[in-house]
Amino acid sequence: MNPTAASPSPPPPRLLRLLRAFGRHEAAVLGLLVVLAAGIGLLNPAFFSWANACNLLKSSVTLGLLALGVLVVLISGHIDISFPAIAACSMYVTCLAARALPGLDHLWLLFPLAAAIGATLGLLNAWLIHRFQLPALIVTLGTAGLIRGGMLAFIGTRILTDLPASLIAFAKAQIFERPAPGGGTVGLSLSFFVLVAAAAGVWLFLNRTVAGRGVYAMGGAPEAARRAGFNLGWLHALIHGLVGLLAGIAGLIHAAHMRNANPFDIVGIELTVIAAVVLGGASITGGRGSVAGTLLGVALLVILNHSLLLVGLASEWQKVFLGLVILLSTGFTARGARRRLPWTAPVYTP
Amino acid sequence: MNLRLPAWLRQGWRRLPWRGSTGRLLLLTLAVFAGMAALSPDRFLTRANLESMAFQFPELALLAFAILLTMLSAGIDLSVVATANLAGILAALVLTRWWPGLADGPAPFAVAAAGITALAAGGACGTVNGLLIARAGISPILATLGTLQLYTGLALVITRGHAVYGFPDALLFLGNGLWLGVPMPFWLFLGAAGLLAVLVNRTAFGVEARLLGTNPLAATFAALPVRGVLFRTYLASGLLGGLTGLLMIARTNSAKADYGSSYLLQAILIAVLGGVNPAGGFGTVLGVSLAVVALQALGSGFTLLGFSNFTREFVWGLFLLLIMVLNRLGRTNRQP
Repeated sequence: MNPTAASPSPPPPRLLRLLRAFGRHEAAVLGLLVVLAAGIGLLNPAFFSWANACNLLKSSVTLGLLALGVLVVLISGHIDISFPAIAACSMYVTCLAARALPGLDHLWLLFPLAAAIGATLGLLNAWLIHRFQLPALIVTLGTAGLIRGGMLAFIGTRILTDLPASLIAFAKAQIFERPAPGGGTVGLSLSFFVLVAAAAGVWLFLNRTVAGRGVYAMGGAPEAARRAGFNLGWLHALIHGLVGLLAGIAGLIHAAHMRNANPFDIVGIELTVIAAVVLGGASITGGRGSVAGTLLGVALLVILNHSLLLVGLASEWQKVFLGLVILLSTGFTARGARRRLPWTAPVYTP
Repeated sequence: MNLRLPAWLRQGWRRLPWRGSTGRLLLLTLAVFAGMAALSPDRFLTRANLESMAFQFPELALLAFAILLTMLSAGIDLSVVATANLAGILAALVLTRWWPGLADGPAPFAVAAAGITALAAGGACGTVNGLLIARAGISPILATLGTLQLYTGLALVITRGHAVYGFPDALLFLGNGLWLGVPMPFWLFLGAAGLLAVLVNRTAFGVEARLLGTNPLAATFAALPVRGVLFRTYLASGLLGGLTGLLMIARTNSAKADYGSSYLLQAILIAVLGGVNPAGGFGTVLGVSLAVVALQALGSGFTLLGFSNFTREFVWGLFLLLIMVLNRLGRTNRQP
């Protein structure tokens, strides 16, 4: 392929190889994350405590699951803003069903049920987008209203405080427990491993399956992907079904963490999650994005959310920092992209 | 029968948007009014109800106008509600804290100070968006996603999350008063709609914005002032946000950083329902106005009928999907 490949050069050091595999944007976000963590840790050593680490990891589960779904949609060149409504709806309906049917009180029944409800609602999005060739922004805006309004108007508005016992037990379960300074023990919430499993699954799907490569192909150029033999209808179903599935699981975990099922929760988070994914290097026009970058974006967001108080800044500053980070990261990306383009390229790509 | 109408009348008739999506929207609006009037005959078409509707919808209409303007050039302004809140808060602080004695001084002076502050703040927010999009080359959705967080954050930092309230009566008149028997917000809405219609249909800027939205590459090669058009688009959107902020604080007598958090998605919904193409190039002020009136009538009617806000949200979503599907089916029938 390249002329210098004829003479074998020694393999680059392992760190460099790792960085290359990682991608430039991800490396930049990682750098920012390290600087931020170091700064906060210097100002307040409590940041590096086991308790704080466990707390941050636990807080990133819901956001991370939602972000993984959004990542897949963004790579495919579409957008979804109905996922918080889907998460809230699957969570609430599952908890209601578990109240009505005591036999359902088992993790291996509750999570598949929430995931199935979410996936079904996601398939509705996929059908509307593909069958009528409508813009995903508009379709998911409509279904978000439909799902949330329908749930609150016809299913219920009451906050359920008596969650299924298995869900409560799941939320309390911890591993790597250590004695906490104030008494008791702190450990890593078991729910964090749901995020780990989901991240691994989405990574395998995107990078090791034909359909996953199809998602990238579709985001790069839908018509080219179609002519290359990808069935766009199935891809749409797969993508939006997956978003719904992840949203359903995220919703249930959110309820477990909160110890109640509040149908008003989660909605309103959509732009924040999209911001985290964009921060992680995913392109809003499709074709680019990685699981590692997304997880880093989520980590940055969670640290910003939870750690400003540790350094004595009022939590109001959180959004200011988030806005500046988004503008800086997208600004640098836009600058780099323009530098590589010929002078005839348009100055404006919406 | 060969009835010869005067030429201007015939042309005017042809120009009226009976056909296409605006025509369907007009029918829909009339159907909503007729349906609501039939369902609650003694309450819907009363003066009190129509008046309360005319107080409520202009805020949303101005925000939807900002979305319309940015969607013409295939962009979007996600920060418009944040801009409105920030502008409203700055105007509120000028009135209550930063300029002692202003509220007790001559009334027109206080209103003018609040108005200038709100518009200047909106214009500043719009300028930042415009520079980020036209100069730094960030795509509109990302730039305004960032400034949405930034402006909301600044508003939170300034107010520490508390509400600012207690404004002079002269300002409250702007949001709650009647002039010639018609609510003041409605006059503001009419003025803004008229100005915007001229801007979109009768100026070079409007044509250039639509051409840019239809095909950015062609617009660049045609040597359109792409950066200038983009900058002015987001400046105008920011100014509309500032005006909305003024109207919000005048109507509610308070300013809060997280006011109207559901307005953004509603404004996008209204713009799209009003026939604006999110992919750029098409949208009319009349269509957006009809959409906002239809949704307000639907909402008020539902409230009169005793349905919850949630039913309204459900029906709005249904409406949006239905209109989009119908528009799409209509288009495929014509172009086989």
